Amino acid sequence: MKRLLSKLAVSAVVAGSLAASIAAKAEDTIKIGILHSLSGTMAISETTLKDTMLYLIDEQNKKGGVLGKKLEAVVVDPASNWPLFAEKARELITKDKVVATFGCWTSVSRKSVLPVFEELNSILFYPVQYEGEESSKNIFYTGAAPNQQAIPAVDYLMENEKVQRWVLAGTDYVYPRTTNKILEAYLKSKGVKAEDIMINYTPFGHSDWQTIVADIKKFGSAGKKTAVVSTINGDANVPFYKELGNQGVKATDIPVVAFSVGEEELAGIDTKPLVGHLAAWNYFESVDVPENKEFIAKWQAYTKNPKRTTNDPMEAHVIGFNMWVKAVEKAGTTDASKVIDAMIGVAVPNLTGGISTMMPNHHITKPVLIGEIKADGQFNTVWQTPGTVVANEWSPYLEGSKDLIADWRAPLSCGNFNVKTGKCGGKS
Amino acid sequence: MMRAILLILGLLSCSLLSPLPVRADDSAALLSRLATDNYGDIESGITALASSGLAGSEIILNALADGRLSYRPSDKALFIKDASGAWMEAATNATPASVPMGLKPVKVNNRVRRALEAALGSMTLMSPDPLKRIAAADAVFKSRDANTLAALDAVISKEADATVKRHFEDARAAVLMLKSDAPEADRVAAANTLGARGDQDSLALLSSVTEANAPANVVASASLAAKGIERRLALLSTAQNAWYGLSLGSVLLLAAIGLAITFGVMGIINMAHGEMVMLGAYTTFVVQEFIRAKAPSLFDWSLPIAIPLAFCVSGLVGLLIERLIIRHLYGRPLETLLATWGVSLVLQQAVRSIFGANNREVGAPSYMTGVWDLGGFQITYGRLWIIVFSLAVFLALLVVMKGTSLGLRMRAVIQNRRMAAAMGIRTPVIDALTFALGSGVAGIAGVALSQIDNVSPNLGQSYIIDSFLVVVFGGVGNLWGTLLGALSLGLANKFLEPLAGAVLGKIVLLAIIILFIQRRPRGLFALKGRAVES
Repeated sequence: MKRLLSKLAVSAVVAGSLAASIAAKAEDTIKIGILHSLSGTMAISETTLKDTMLYLIDEQNKKGGVLGKKLEAVVVDPASNWPLFAEKARELITKDKVVATFGCWTSVSRKSVLPVFEELNSILFYPVQYEGEESSKNIFYTGAAPNQQAIPAVDYLMENEKVQRWVLAGTDYVYPRTTNKILEAYLKSKGVKAEDIMINYTPFGHSDWQTIVADIKKFGSAGKKTAVVSTINGDANVPFYKELGNQGVKATDIPVVAFSVGEEELAGIDTKPLVGHLAAWNYFESVDVPENKEFIAKWQAYTKNPKRTTNDPMEAHVIGFNMWVKAVEKAGTTDASKVIDAMIGVAVPNLTGGISTMMPNHHITKPVLIGEIKADGQFNTVWQTPGTVVANEWSPYLEGSKDLIADWRAPLSCGNFNVKTGKCGGKS
Repeated sequence: MMRAILLILGLLSCSLLSPLPVRADDSAALLSRLATDNYGDIESGITALASSGLAGSEIILNALADGRLSYRPSDKALFIKDASGAWMEAATNATPASVPMGLKPVKVNNRVRRALEAALGSMTLMSPDPLKRIAAADAVFKSRDANTLAALDAVISKEADATVKRHFEDARAAVLMLKSDAPEADRVAAANTLGARGDQDSLALLSSVTEANAPANVVASASLAAKGIERRLALLSTAQNAWYGLSLGSVLLLAAIGLAITFGVMGIINMAHGEMVMLGAYTTFVVQEFIRAKAPSLFDWSLPIAIPLAFCVSGLVGLLIERLIIRHLYGRPLETLLATWGVSLVLQQAVRSIFGANNREVGAPSYMTGVWDLGGFQITYGRLWIIVFSLAVFLALLVVMKGTSLGLRMRAVIQNRRMAAAMGIRTPVIDALTFALGSGVAGIAGVALSQIDNVSPNLGQSYIIDSFLVVVFGGVGNLWGTLLGALSLGLANKFLEPLAGAVLGKIVLLAIIILFIQRRPRGLFALKGRAVES
């Protein structure tokens, strides 16, 4: 008993001194929050982003940190649980005193943390392509808005594949629903008739695609060139593509262009039957420019895995992080309000050989790339916008949002300014 | 004229012969058109190459289709990589003196791929291999290249094989159907040929014939033929739906049958059942990785090898769970539910830590890929095997329960635990074995599900709700009920899906099951007897 007590005492002392040393260290570091799910359904996508952030922070520290201080990552696990995202965000800001947070994947997790970041006036970098229709003072959107991904993809199919009939297939939640609404309005504005558009929604994790793929084949046999625009999310993609391969839907007959399928998702599928199906992103691992080659080499060395893939949301974090570093250096402080003001106009190189700029609507300019799936699970870029595209955070094709703009510069400083009524505050 | 074409075709088909010395400059110019990264230029280059009759063009186009063609940007010379990885100059078939440096692959996109298929199709019409001739005819059917018409006429008159001839005639009809300067009578005949072919491709072609591109009586016969095909396809689609339902039912059966034992027979609400399925799928992955590394020739045997291993792995984990946790909680369903749910989270995260959060690729053996086309009614081999497999598992389990002494003891314990104990049956051992059996069967299901779903730590979650539905609907404690429950849910799902959509279909089905359970709380097949009353 005595021995046990002494052991306890020793361990308490050790723990105490450890805590003290951490506290001492915390004094001269800048803390950055990483809010990505490491367990639960979204872990499949978000774990890589956590690793990306750790890599970026490590790289920055090798260069001497920011403002003469080292950076320190604070990793929390919101476990794919939306309310927990808000709780963990609050914990990061109030308890860990992080100066900026990089995180979230699904729109619902972003919506869940948005009030927290606005209330506590902190900064969130959101790296995933999303449905738009939002602009917050405290959030920087480094992923694509619909006009930086979906609309150029549709344009490509219309011009290069002469597609006249469209299947809009998606998982039943906010991103596909909004994106498809925008696409439907856009297609109709281009003269596509209602009977040439088929919209199909499936539940999360849908695994039996036999009927739907057969329906797509049937829809495609009306004598007009048909394409599928897929906003199918996450795990449901693997069985969908397997069924396409099984039923022999070839890209030369009915191409499928996907907005949520990247290198990571293809890692779980035999891609030989899928060669030629498309994806629209702002970055592909296969992009052949020196910046990208260098990034991949360093990333694979950092993860000690020569096969580790890279993907689009990773590039978004790279851009977002570099922008934050630049803005902090420009502002000379990590104070959120000053950094937010300094962010607008900051330009950093992206990984596809161009420059991305943070615009007053808190979205960044991006090039749009269309890639075809190759037999080795990578993408072959077949088309690319000549320059970068500015995000339409409020879609001009939707009734409620076409009069809205976001501009966070003084004196406007508004996320939903209505140009018709001249008032900040949205539709009314 | 005919002779000239035959001569060209003959030259093409034996293009392996030494290259023609003539037109060396022309051929160099022709080949250099492929040495670019502009897809439009590559596309037109392919068409020009195919119609040039240049010797060796088939080899070059095949290399391009397989991604083995590269070019040197400095002098636009083409190089072909052969199977051993060695380079060969495309223009001369000669091995270059030194290994060429700075090569860039000639890239293909869908447009180029279509042009390639069409070009290769028209070039292989005279191949000695009947399967290749059929493939060539189908390629022409798709490309509808009017230039191949003369070649088609020539091969049709010579073709002895009736099947190949039919494919040739279909291809010819497809070309004629949209050829605006073809005689009207030919186009009407083409519409009838396509109507007789009767598949979706023909329907697509026939529906694209309109007043804009054809005279009135051609349009009339085309739309008549299209209507005939539509009627046929409507009939077929009912049969096809029934098949899809059967196939979904078999997947549900596989997922639920282990649960039918642990929940149905033992009454344990086992939320970790899905994770047993997931463990089986990961076992398959490990087996395949091992085979890929050590004995690639055995790849087709990976699933038969994985089945007993998956049974053992999941069964063993099940045994551990029962011994360590569940046996302390018998008769306390709520605690069991929470404890097994916790176990399921632990197992998921354990797998995530070991294998990573990403999906793992499980390959399909050769006998599980492809489609069996029965005149428009399509059976995918993968699904066929899963149906056969699930029925086999069901029968095997039935034999174990009804025909072995273990099964006898299990049933005795289920019917009256105290009486069975009094007869000398060691009920704790039987409990553990029953749970291990149920878990092992779930593992086997994982082997099959790895073929159609993604192998990720979340695999099990998507099946747990459906599995409980099947068991409750079929009747707790009855294997036959599970079979019938799974098949009827599968069929109902697939017939509701086209009517209501996948999301609404699922909701409607859930509502129907709830109403059904209200009327018959014990499911389709209710167990009768004293055990049930207590």
